[in-house]
Amino acid sequence: MIALLIRDLRLAVRAGGGFGLGLAFFLIVVTLVPFGVGPEGGVLARIASGILWLGALLACLLSLDRIFALDFEDGSLDLLATAPIPLEGVVTMKALAHWITTGLPLVVAAPVFGVLLHLPQGAYLWLIVALILGTPALSVLGTFGAALTVGLKRGGLLMSLLVLPLYVPTLIFGAELVRRGAAGMATQVPLMMLAGITAATIAIVPFASAAAIRVNLR
Amino acid sequence: MSIWEYANPVKFMKTSSLVLPWAAGLTAISLIVGLVWGFFLTPEATNFGSTVKVIYVHVPSAMMAINIWAMMLVTSLIWLIRRHHVSALAAKAAAPIGAVMTLIALITGAIWGQPMWGTWWEWDPRLTSFLILFLFYLGYMALWGAIDNPDTAADLTGVLCLVGSVFAILSRYAVNFWNQGLHQGATLSLDKQENIADVYWVPLLFCIAGFVLLFVTLVLMRTRTEIRARRLKALEQRERMA
Repeated sequence: MIALLIRDLRLAVRAGGGFGLGLAFFLIVVTLVPFGVGPEGGVLARIASGILWLGALLACLLSLDRIFALDFEDGSLDLLATAPIPLEGVVTMKALAHWITTGLPLVVAAPVFGVLLHLPQGAYLWLIVALILGTPALSVLGTFGAALTVGLKRGGLLMSLLVLPLYVPTLIFGAELVRRGAAGMATQVPLMMLAGITAATIAIVPFASAAAIRVNLR
Repeated sequence: MSIWEYANPVKFMKTSSLVLPWAAGLTAISLIVGLVWGFFLTPEATNFGSTVKVIYVHVPSAMMAINIWAMMLVTSLIWLIRRHHVSALAAKAAAPIGAVMTLIALITGAIWGQPMWGTWWEWDPRLTSFLILFLFYLGYMALWGAIDNPDTAADLTGVLCLVGSVFAILSRYAVNFWNQGLHQGATLSLDKQENIADVYWVPLLFCIAGFVLLFVTLVLMRTRTEIRARRLKALEQRERMA
């Protein structure tokens, strides 16, 4: 499984656009928002955490289709499915590789983008905490959408329709955590809910993704 | 005699052709009685005026929107566990009806909300979760439409329905946390001392029964269509092989 993780990471880095592309997309979203809503600091500070979360969501979504599609095309997904490790493990490793190449850079870069959006002082810590806790769930749920649409020629738009509604709980609690943290309110409830949703997602969704892949490989 | 006999398409077609006219007739009767009674023969409520009559479409359609998803969940489970094709086709047939019911509930809610709350739309937990439910219906139907192989499509949409159910319920309670509600609580419940007044309650019962029967009629019709379409496809395939 470690070998699979390293292989995926290596592919992402060497094939180009692994780390950089998601970040660049994130930067573009953050740059475009002030054009849309105007440059006043007060407005931006109010919506900053929401924008950062939406940017993370979209950056994650755009890189989903390459999780399984390339392996499906060149047949290595068939080999992985017949490999001695369970397909659920393969899916989890794929999700982890996806998170390291898109989620983790976003977590690291989010404070910088927060500065661009006048994020309130107290919110930085909570923004990082929320993204660290929330983005793994985005990647794991993404494998589910990618697994459902892997056999389709043009599955991209369909996949967004399937995956985005699943992101609703994570987005709600993630954004709420940052908002409450920024306002100095109690953050325990959204923090625990966010962590709980992520933990449950990691525990359960790989089974659904693996089932979908088996159907598609049949 | 068990319910699994209806997994046989021939048996299902035979029984459903007998049931269908009765279901359609009863639908017409209860909807006409409920709607005419509700719209024209009930008094206007204090504070609400005649807008209260939206309830006769709003409440039944909202109930059906949720229960149709539950029905799809059950039929998807039956398909995934016992692999009865009729079950998968029933889930496929129910999805558009559920989506339309959700849309009706949202639109009548907007029509009711405008005079009562002074707004067409409010990001209230109930309204928001219905919108999310509508998105789930759309995704489910889109996935059915996108895949050519019927068995693959049935499997994948079945899995999507299971995962979607979990996340739909999760979203329902997450939005509760996110915003305060403008929508009133449950109007009808079995364990409460006082529901709405009987003058409104009885025609509402007719409407709810009418919507349930309407759904049964439509889902039987659509499932029959799906079975016939499947037979046609099989015939065409045999033709091409020969």
